[in-house]
Amino acid sequence: MNKDQKQQDFRRSDRIFARLAKVAGSLILVALAAVALFLIFEGVPGMLADPDTTSIFRGKSFWEYAWPLVFGTMWAAFLALLFAVPVSLGIALFITHYAPRKIANGLGYVIDLLAAVPSVVFGLWGILVLAPAVQPFYAWLFDNLHWIPFFAGERVSGTGRTILTAALVLAVMILPIITAITREIFLQTPRLHEEAAVALGATRWEMIRMAVLPFGRSGIISAAMLGLGRALGETMAVAMVLSATGAVTINLLTSNNPSTIAANIALQFPEAYGMNVNVLIATGLILFIVTFLVNAAARWIVNRRAEFSGAN
Amino acid sequence: MTDTAVKDTAKSELLDIRKRTQSSAVWRKVKDRMVTILVSLAFVVAIIPLISLTITVVANGMERFDAEFFTSSMRNVVGEGGGALHAIIGTLQITLAATVISVPIGVMTAIYLVEYGRGRLAKAITFLVDVMTGIPSIVAGLFAFALFAMIFGPSVRMGFMGAVALSLLMIPVVVRSSEEMLRLVPNELREASFALGVPKWLTVLRVVLPTSLAGIVTGVMLAIARVIGETAPLLVTAGFADSMNYNLFSERMNTLPLFVYRSYVSQGTPPEPDISRAWAGALTLIIIVMLLNLIARLVARFFSTNKSSR
Repeated sequence: MNKDQKQQDFRRSDRIFARLAKVAGSLILVALAAVALFLIFEGVPGMLADPDTTSIFRGKSFWEYAWPLVFGTMWAAFLALLFAVPVSLGIALFITHYAPRKIANGLGYVIDLLAAVPSVVFGLWGILVLAPAVQPFYAWLFDNLHWIPFFAGERVSGTGRTILTAALVLAVMILPIITAITREIFLQTPRLHEEAAVALGATRWEMIRMAVLPFGRSGIISAAMLGLGRALGETMAVAMVLSATGAVTINLLTSNNPSTIAANIALQFPEAYGMNVNVLIATGLILFIVTFLVNAAARWIVNRRAEFSGAN
Repeated sequence: MTDTAVKDTAKSELLDIRKRTQSSAVWRKVKDRMVTILVSLAFVVAIIPLISLTITVVANGMERFDAEFFTSSMRNVVGEGGGALHAIIGTLQITLAATVISVPIGVMTAIYLVEYGRGRLAKAITFLVDVMTGIPSIVAGLFAFALFAMIFGPSVRMGFMGAVALSLLMIPVVVRSSEEMLRLVPNELREASFALGVPKWLTVLRVVLPTSLAGIVTGVMLAIARVIGETAPLLVTAGFADSMNYNLFSERMNTLPLFVYRSYVSQGTPPEPDISRAWAGALTLIIIVMLLNLIARLVARFFSTNKSSR
């Protein structure tokens, strides 16, 4: 009798615990849905706001207001990726295939330290150290390579706080995540492939080109996309480093720079009121959708790869 | 005669091939060496910002890294003096609140995924947790703002809003790391426990969780280290303040990252006191983050050696 009672109790607790776990898991789905819903609720009025009465628009429509921001976000993230991907691949190869085994782990940890630095510190560093340091170089580029559209423009920035500097800071910030993922992928390269290449007389680089890189291609792509997601959403470093005017331009060296969605929100939000807040949230909704798609695509590629390669 | 001619051409061809293969072998070797140099350079290139950043933060931060910085707020401070006590307290409170929200949800989700979850729901959760790690922090802040603005009106600012935003960023990290740790627990332990008649929930609570506790603690500390430096979500939720505020549920509350940002953005005349306060704040922040990282690794190492000696 007593024993039965106890067993029943246990069974009930078992069910409760299982339910609790399930609720916690479902909460993740609910949270994501809530993020989307609340941004839509507060953002859509901003999208439909009247250009004449909403001060933040300065007479433009929402899309005219948002387009330069979207462009700036994409442009800065693209540039950051351009710098970060080759360097990250190099680091990942260095750690997995070049550095002595004993110190390889330590080197990986050093790169991870970069990820631990808060973005506001990166911003401070970018503005007070990096920008003044690269400004003379920008001036040189401007004087000598003026005919290349990227280096054209009216006047070179005197402070160095251009979109190129912002992209450089972003590149440093996304290095760790790209490196971490490609590193893991490179380590999964089948030993036999590598040994076969070496046995055929391949040099180390040929072995990497024939065995390691083809094996890791999809992993590299998704790592780059995850980095892209980070770069798109990075806020404070860009808000601090970039001196933006809201222009749509590919000139990298002038003081006439596009802003990014995230940086614009950070800069405008503290002083925003009324409908302006909704407008900013609407731009945040755009950012959320774009980063969600980029991240989802990247994860999808990773997951598919994991299923195929059997390396997991 | 033709014979010798053939021999000659054959000989010259052979020589040619040898030369070509030799030069290509040299070329291959050169290429290999070049790549080695490039790859090593990539590592150096990544290290330069880290070193430069460390040096500047330490060098500039030491100037105001004094007792006053840690014992006073910015209330009624104009020019020199003042400190970040209000911001440090705010950061501790908000991060603690975020941890209190995130850890139960995160660990329970991990338990669901490892111990219970089969099928569609578990797959969807795993996927979305991954995607969630990529949510821009400012979007998390806007979400918390939108949520609270709907209830309390658009001018609401409080520390707890910031905690909600941070927990949105923290939960996926906690889930990921706890999940990994729970999966490391050998199935034999669970089976032994079941064989003794222990129900599943007690097995999870008494056997699985204690076994992976060190790993989970490490993961939680790394998650804290990740969110404690977040600025953007707090900018739109907790706001700025110059005075102490111990109440998470009312009024603006300053935090260390925002203190750094604010000191830089709204410099007084002369700007030097503000800038040196910003650097001191940055140094404090970096020390906190590095300490958290270090302690997390120590916890992991300490417990793993303990286990192997048992």
